[in-house]
This record gives sequence, structure tokens and C-alpha cells, in this order.
Amino acid sequence: MSSRNTRDALGGRISRRRLLAGGAIAGMSIPALHELIPHQGLHGGGGSAEASGGHAGHGMGADGAMEEMGATGAMGHADHAAFGTGTVDHSFNGFDPEAMLRDFDWGRTRRLPGGRVLREWDIVAQDREIEVAPGVRYAAWTYNGRVPGPTLRCREGERLRIRFVNASTHPHTMHFHGVHSAFMDGMPGIGEERGGGQIEPGESFDYEFDAEPFGMHLYHCHVAPLAAHIAKGLYGAFIIDPKEGRPEADEMVMVMNAFDTNFDFGNEVYAVNTVGFAYQDRPIRVKRDELVRIYLANLVEYDPINSFHLHGNFFHHFPTGTSLEPAEFTDIVVQGQAQRCILEMRFPKPGRYMFHGHKTEFAELGWSGFFEVS
Amino acid sequence: MEAGTGTDIGSSRPPAWLLGAVPLALLAVAVVLLVTVGAPGLGDRNGVPVEDLAVERTELTPGEIALTVRNEGPDPVSIEQVSVNDGYFPFTGGGEVGRLGSATLTVPYPWVEGEAYEIFLLTSTGATVVANVDAAAETPSVDPGFLGLMALLGIYVGVIPVAIGMLWLPLLRRSGPQIVRWLLAFTVGLLAFLGVDALLEGLEVAGAGPQAFGGAALVLLGAAASYLLLAWADARMRARRERARSQGAAGFQLATLIAIGIGLHNLGEGILIGSAYSAGALALGSFLVVGFAIHNTTEGLAIVAPLAEERVPVRRLAALGLIAGAPAIAGAWVGASIFNPSLVSVLFGLGIGAIAQVVVQIWPGVKPGSGRADGTVYGGLIAGVLVMYATGLLISA
Repeated sequence: MSSRNTRDALGGRISRRRLLAGGAIAGMSIPALHELIPHQGLHGGGGSAEASGGHAGHGMGADGAMEEMGATGAMGHADHAAFGTGTVDHSFNGFDPEAMLRDFDWGRTRRLPGGRVLREWDIVAQDREIEVAPGVRYAAWTYNGRVPGPTLRCREGERLRIRFVNASTHPHTMHFHGVHSAFMDGMPGIGEERGGGQIEPGESFDYEFDAEPFGMHLYHCHVAPLAAHIAKGLYGAFIIDPKEGRPEADEMVMVMNAFDTNFDFGNEVYAVNTVGFAYQDRPIRVKRDELVRIYLANLVEYDPINSFHLHGNFFHHFPTGTSLEPAEFTDIVVQGQAQRCILEMRFPKPGRYMFHGHKTEFAELGWSGFFEVS
Repeated sequence: MEAGTGTDIGSSRPPAWLLGAVPLALLAVAVVLLVTVGAPGLGDRNGVPVEDLAVERTELTPGEIALTVRNEGPDPVSIEQVSVNDGYFPFTGGGEVGRLGSATLTVPYPWVEGEAYEIFLLTSTGATVVANVDAAAETPSVDPGFLGLMALLGIYVGVIPVAIGMLWLPLLRRSGPQIVRWLLAFTVGLLAFLGVDALLEGLEVAGAGPQAFGGAALVLLGAAASYLLLAWADARMRARRERARSQGAAGFQLATLIAIGIGLHNLGEGILIGSAYSAGALALGSFLVVGFAIHNTTEGLAIVAPLAEERVPVRRLAALGLIAGAPAIAGAWVGASIFNPSLVSVLFGLGIGAIAQVVVQIWPGVKPGSGRADGTVYGGLIAGVLVMYATGLLISA
């Protein structure tokens, strides 16, 4: 037997608050851009942490009848891996994976002289404590207070301007995967003479470039130590739609991520969109036969690969989303870090279908969810 | 004011109890002030909370793993999730554990016998506490049958061997003083071996267990306490004997002390056997029992060595045998059911102190009339250590 003691990167004291049982699931509230004060002291101590688990198994009714899981995600039995007690307080986090799934940030647009569209966003880097598993807090670094950062979405050929403000206590950047000039690359040491490169605390910078090529891309901080800046939450999806658009679909974004909560360069909690087992506890509702499109990216640090596997169905796989023709028809995609793709599927039969990382260790450490088809 | 007794020179001297109480009262006032106003100038503690959990006990029952942990750090720790072999599973018993408090976490898990498990507890700060099960085996449930088995074990390794060893008494009575001195020196060597053995075992248990209650210091505190208690008891018995002008009981008194020391040692031995058995780490078999029997038979010889020249009733001899041997039964029960490293550390310490006190008591009788240790003494000492070492090899289970 051995015990590993806490190491913590936070310079200050971490307050310990007991999780309030069955916290109301607040709808996704877009954090105010300039709300820079971390949510300390939202929850008084003494609340009961024990949400009683124990609903009686996952309904697999052929008619697709929805079993209401309610706010308590705790499973009272060991059919499969699940968190033990309580639920994540999404209102404490200020974001909810359920809402985040279909939240695409189109920014603001106006016409430039000549008719071209200029699309603009405001992104603020903030230090913020978030809850990644019931009762487990993590000192994250965030874009706009959420992990992953907002899903920035635009159309091919538009002019993009991202006004980045660093309100964190550490230097950060926004490094976009896309085609742009070197000084817009968000790379420390490059473009500093034009105000770019590493953005110190309190400073800001406007990243500006054209939206190309179309596809499923991403952005992340590129300040050293790079692994820590990514692992602590500074990443997000960046989607460029083709000019002609894509077929109408129920669209969702899934950023596969993980958290090294004890700072041993290995992850303790795995998830899509940050909260472990979030879509297992509250399955994603989709309609039978409707086209479902998933924008998928792997941002897991410290582990070499990750994967996405869907039960009871196959999907079309568009690597990096840069072609309108699918590369394969499969039920699993494997991704290294920063790899991404678009998946398209229809569910022909109602019921509950699991999706999870088929590095099954990740699945049992949080990276599992369900589609509820009705 | 009137003068007090003759020794009281000053007429206004305060009573002694008041002199003693004043510093205590001031201390109480200071503590209350420090707590209520907060220690001025010191401010809040720097740094992050210190989370320090030690796993005290792991129990496996079919389809279930239970961990008992103790918070040995200065801050409360909140256990939020439990992972078994890299997977989170529902569990009960989590939540906040206060300073020095303990909690038992129960995880339904389909463990497989003989396989290894790594369990980690995830706290509210994201820290992990790891417990390893090297080879899973079912923890015996503590029912009458199990307690009976442990009692039988205690009798085999404690009571019977000691009783057999005591049967050398008739031979001793026919031996000359030279042989008796050699046997007493042999007993000292044997006890020294047991003392060192108990010290090492005690420090090992204390080192593996929680440190909040003192860790290794518990062994030494236990040793000091039992040494002083036995010294005090011996002094009282000596005084009473002198009042009664009866010199006859000296040998029996020494034998009693030896029996107590060996009894405390066998208590510790029983605890280790019981806990190892309940953890599945000990295969009980005739070889082990035979080993303990041979090893502990020499303890019986040690008890009767001072009785060579005394007539002692059989029931008293039986009592001495039980004092030395029966604690192995109690130890096996304790070890198998409520194994607690801190408690066991103290018990080992008690055994060490008792053995040290016994050696101090025996030593004058070992030396020849000249007062200088001779070959008989050194030969006996070395033989005692070697015999214990050799028979100890039989029980390295």
C-alpha cells in the first residue's frame, strides 16, 4: 500500500466546498466576457454530497421510451463504470455539456467594403476552477470561462477577426489550425514586433486571417510548457463550413479531453466536452432516421491516442472534414492529439446506443455516453 | 493572618495548588484568546491544503472491495470518486474525512482471486490515494468459527509450545548452579533476540501505517511505558517481600516478569499471524505451526529457568504458562478482526519494554559470584541468540 500526496499547481489555497446534491442543471449560460472573478464561494459547506444513486438499469425498450435519468447521474450498481456519488454542478462551472454539445458560436458579422463578410469574436483567457467529476475540482485555464473553449464557426472565404484578451495570470496565445500568416500563428517568439507572439497577462491581440480551408479544425494555446497549457483547458473547436454548405443535420461538437488532476502527467478523468460520463448520465437525444453530424476532435494530452466508437450503427468518416466525400464507412475512428474529423450517421432503430473511447480504460474513466434514439 | 504550620514561614503564602493552577489558568486564557481573535501576526496558513490519507485495511468479499482509510494530514480530505484498475465505479462511504478520522469505502466490484488490483481514491482537489491488492483473496468473515480457528492457532503457536518448554523444569532442578547460570544467560540471549525481533516488526508495522498518531514513536513510547510500569511493579513487590522478610519468592517473581514479557511478545506475534491470515498472505500449514512450536518452546524454558531452586505449585506454573502463551490467542483475534497499525505498534512497544525490564532483572543472577561475566555467561548468551535465529528460520512464512 502506498499513498501519493497532493501536489497542486495552484499557488493559492484551494477552497473545498461540498457538492450540493442534485444541483439544478442550469441551462448553458454564456459567460460574460469580462467576468474575470472566479466563482469562489458559490456553495456553502455542509450540503449533503450523497445523491442517492440507484435507478434500476438503463431502459433498452424497443419502442425507444425514454427513461428519465433526472439530475442524479449516479449509478447505484456496477453494470458498467460510472461515478460513485453526486453530480457535477454545471452552474458552478458556468457551462453544461448538454448545452455545449450543440452550441456553435457564429460570432458577429458585418460587411467589409467590397461585400466580403468580416466575422468577429471576443475571446478572454481566464483562470478558473471547474468541476470535472462529481465533487472533484480542477484549476483550469479557460477560453471564455469554459473547457473546451467556444466552438468558433464560420464559412469558407470569410475574413475572421478574433479579439483575444489575456485576463489570466499566465501568458497565453491562440494558435489556430488553418492557413494564415506567420505572425497570426499564436506562436511565442514569432510576430512579436507586430504585437503578436506571446500575449502577456493584461495584454490583448487581434488574430486576423481568412477562413480556409473548410473543415473541422481547432485552436489552442501554444505557450510553453505546451503540454500544461493544453492539458489545463486552453483549446476549442474551429469549424469552417464549405461555401456550398453541408446537408441539413442535427449537428453536435465533441471535443475528447482529459484531466490530470493529480499532476503526475497521466490523466485521471476522461470525457467528451470535459465532464466525465456527462452523456452517460444524460443521454444525447436524437431522432430516428435523422442525419446526425458530429464534429469530433481529440485534445487529450499525455496519452498518445484516443478513439470514438459507436454501438449498433456505422457512420461516414470525413477526416479533418476537408472533403465532402467520406473516406470510409466504419464504427470506429482513432485519433492522435489534435486530429479531428466529421462523422455522419442516421439511427434506423430506436433505443439507447453507447458511444465511447475504445481505449476502454478511457471509457471507464469517464469517456462514455449514450445516444437515446426516439 | 495567622501563621500556618512550622514549615510555613511567611504568613500569607498561597496554597500550593494555587501556585500550580495559575500557569494552567493563564494557558487556558491564552488559548481562548488565540482561538477567538486569531493568532495576531501569524495570519492564515500558507500553501495548499495538505491531503494525506493512509489505507489501513483492505477487505475483499465476493463481488465487493472495502477500503478503510485514515486522514493523517492536518486538513480534512473529501473522497469523491473511487477507481479500481482504471475504471470509476459506484461506491458508498465517500465524503469528507476529518483530521485523524477514518472512513470505509465499499465498492461493488467483480474481483478475481489471485489477480492484482490498483485502487485509487480521487479527492475533491483531484489528488489520488493509491491502494494495491497484490493478490486478491477473500477476507475471512469474523464469525465464531473463524474466532475458533484463530484460538486454535494461538494455542498451537503460543500455549502448547510454552507449556512443553516449561517441562524442562524437573531437569533444571537436578542441574548444578553452573548449568542454571548458563540457562539464565541463554534466556537473556533468547529475550534479546525477541526484543530486537519485536523492535524490527513493530517499526515495520508502524512505518507502513498512518503516521498521524506517532508512527515509529508509538513503538518506543510503548516500550518506555511497559519498562517503567514493570520496574515500578517490581519495586513494589520487592518492598512487600522485604516487609514480610520472605526471600523465597524471588525466583517466582522473576519468572512472572519473564512470562509477562514473553506474553506481550506473543501478543504481537499472534496479531501478525492473525492479520496475515485474514489478508490471505499466510498459508497455514503444519510446517508453519511446527516452526512456531519449536521456536516458542524455548520461551517456556526461559520462564522456568529462575525456578530451579524453588518449589512452585503446579497451578502457579500453569498460570505462568498461560500468561506467556495465551496472549497469542488474543493477538490472533485482534489481528484477524480489527488490525490497526497504530494499536499494533503500541503493543509491540509494550513487549519490547517488558523484555528489556526482564533482562535487567535476570542479569544479576547470570553473573557468577565473582561479579564478572565468564565463559558460561557468554556461551549462554550466544547460544540463546543462535537457537532463536535457527528456529526462527522455520517460520519465515
